Amino acid sequence: MPESDTSSSAARAVRVVDAPLRSPAPEPGLREVFRRRYLLRLLVRREVAARYQGSVLGMLWSYINPLTQLFIFWVVMGVIIGRGTETFGIHVFCGLIVVHFFVETFGAGTRSIMRNKALVRKMAMPREMFPVASMLVSLFHMGPQIVILVVACVLLGWTPTVVGMLGFLLAVLMMAVLGTGLALMFAAANVFFRDIGSFVGILTNFVRFGVPMIYPFTLVEERFGAASAYYLYNPIADAVLLVQQAFWVGTTSDPVDTQAHHIPDNLFAYSFLGLGTSLVVLAIGQIVFRKLENKIPERLT
Amino acid sequence: MTYPASTSIVVDGVSKYFTMRYQRTLKQMTVARVKGREISDTFKALDDVSFTVEQGESIGLMGLNGSGKSTLLKLVNGVMRPDEGNVLTRGRIAGLIATGAGFHPQLTGRENVFLNAAVLGMSEAETRRKFDEIVEFADIGRFLDTPVGNYSSGMFARLGFAVAVHVDSDIFLADEVLAVGDKPFKKKCQARMQQVREEGRTLFYVSHAAGSVRKMCDRVIVLEKGRVGFDGDVEEGIRYLKYDPDEDAPPEIDEDDDLGADI
Repeated sequence: MPESDTSSSAARAVRVVDAPLRSPAPEPGLREVFRRRYLLRLLVRREVAARYQGSVLGMLWSYINPLTQLFIFWVVMGVIIGRGTETFGIHVFCGLIVVHFFVETFGAGTRSIMRNKALVRKMAMPREMFPVASMLVSLFHMGPQIVILVVACVLLGWTPTVVGMLGFLLAVLMMAVLGTGLALMFAAANVFFRDIGSFVGILTNFVRFGVPMIYPFTLVEERFGAASAYYLYNPIADAVLLVQQAFWVGTTSDPVDTQAHHIPDNLFAYSFLGLGTSLVVLAIGQIVFRKLENKIPERLT
Repeated sequence: MTYPASTSIVVDGVSKYFTMRYQRTLKQMTVARVKGREISDTFKALDDVSFTVEQGESIGLMGLNGSGKSTLLKLVNGVMRPDEGNVLTRGRIAGLIATGAGFHPQLTGRENVFLNAAVLGMSEAETRRKFDEIVEFADIGRFLDTPVGNYSSGMFARLGFAVAVHVDSDIFLADEVLAVGDKPFKKKCQARMQQVREEGRTLFYVSHAAGSVRKMCDRVIVLEKGRVGFDGDVEEGIRYLKYDPDEDAPPEIDEDDDLGADI
């Protein structure tokens, strides 16, 4: 064949590109993440599929895991120690759902950049995508737990209240925002120091016991008195109480008394404060992430 | 600064630094500090690189290993941001960096095609429409539904190239894509890249093979230790790099050169 370089370039089409000249790097920030919903959906779907990849029971683990934890706490606290409250199982389970959601968002989000390094190193996409996808996956896995909880509550004669449900939504929102914020912060840091991953493990242990899950909030009030207000500055504790208000209170024999006795009066005030704190954490997380993000591709090995 | 509407890529005074870490753990860092040794060092991968590319031009990016070719490509692709200077591009970019696409090793080929296409900005409908074409081009048969982590390097490259080349992009980046494929696939790729070129897309082609650069490109940029050493005519660029088979070397050593000539 002839070497016909000139002829091929002469036949070339003129392509007019109707687009602005701009930086090829993806716009940083969470807004861009939600603008590219299709990509986000693909990432979430693959995470959900990947979590139980190669396991025989598959999605069933989403039910087995919380149920066994519930069983352990119920046996240890309710039966052996005997310091439980009325319908103690529901009390614990409300806490478990919140803690589980938060811990999963935080933990999986922190590892998300490392786990997807093949994509991060070679594709131009907003990297906030990965922690956000982790949060949505955790949210998805909360579904089965809510189903278990609702079934159990209905069997115990529970009826939903508007205030309770609004409180529940607030709790979920709060944990989603806080979890994503912390995940952003730690996901970027984890690329530079793998120690962060281990540190997160320890932190989540504190979370389990820093909320009124295996002990009632009244115990905190008894021990610390007025100082128990500080306990309520913890957004996770507020979220647990909100969920208990939504589900557990209605399963006790005298809901009005339980509400008055076990749920702090100004829980909503504390919760909105908690939401504010979570939003601040999210903003800081975003700033930290953006600062570190530039060096991420080259540090992923 | 303003550029005409026909400008496709602007690289303006771009530098990129990498940090090289010597010590990793706290203990090692403390020891190093006590002994007065450096804890880290920076390395300038790109040093004040500037050039502009017109829409439809096809650029051969050449240079020795470690001269900054892949780093430059990552900046143009948007995976990295420059530490100094500006990179601007017009339109959609697709392509391959360092012989492989950003594939997730645990996902199957099929899932990766969709994910990869989504990252490159294709919608679900668009991907579905082009899916068969992509699969046919990649020609990996029943491996499509196995995780790409199990693929041979050739299959990996084939699928990556197939996705990238089927995206309706305005700029196409190709980083040594032809280094791992077998001869029939290389020919297929080259034909396809010629087509990309004829469609008026900007082509950014990294290669060590003088023959295929000669065939494919109408301008050569040579990088030398992160700086632009040469920017201009293809023949001169190849001569500048001394990549042309000279008298001492037997000509058959340069396989790709051969290939470039006999298509």
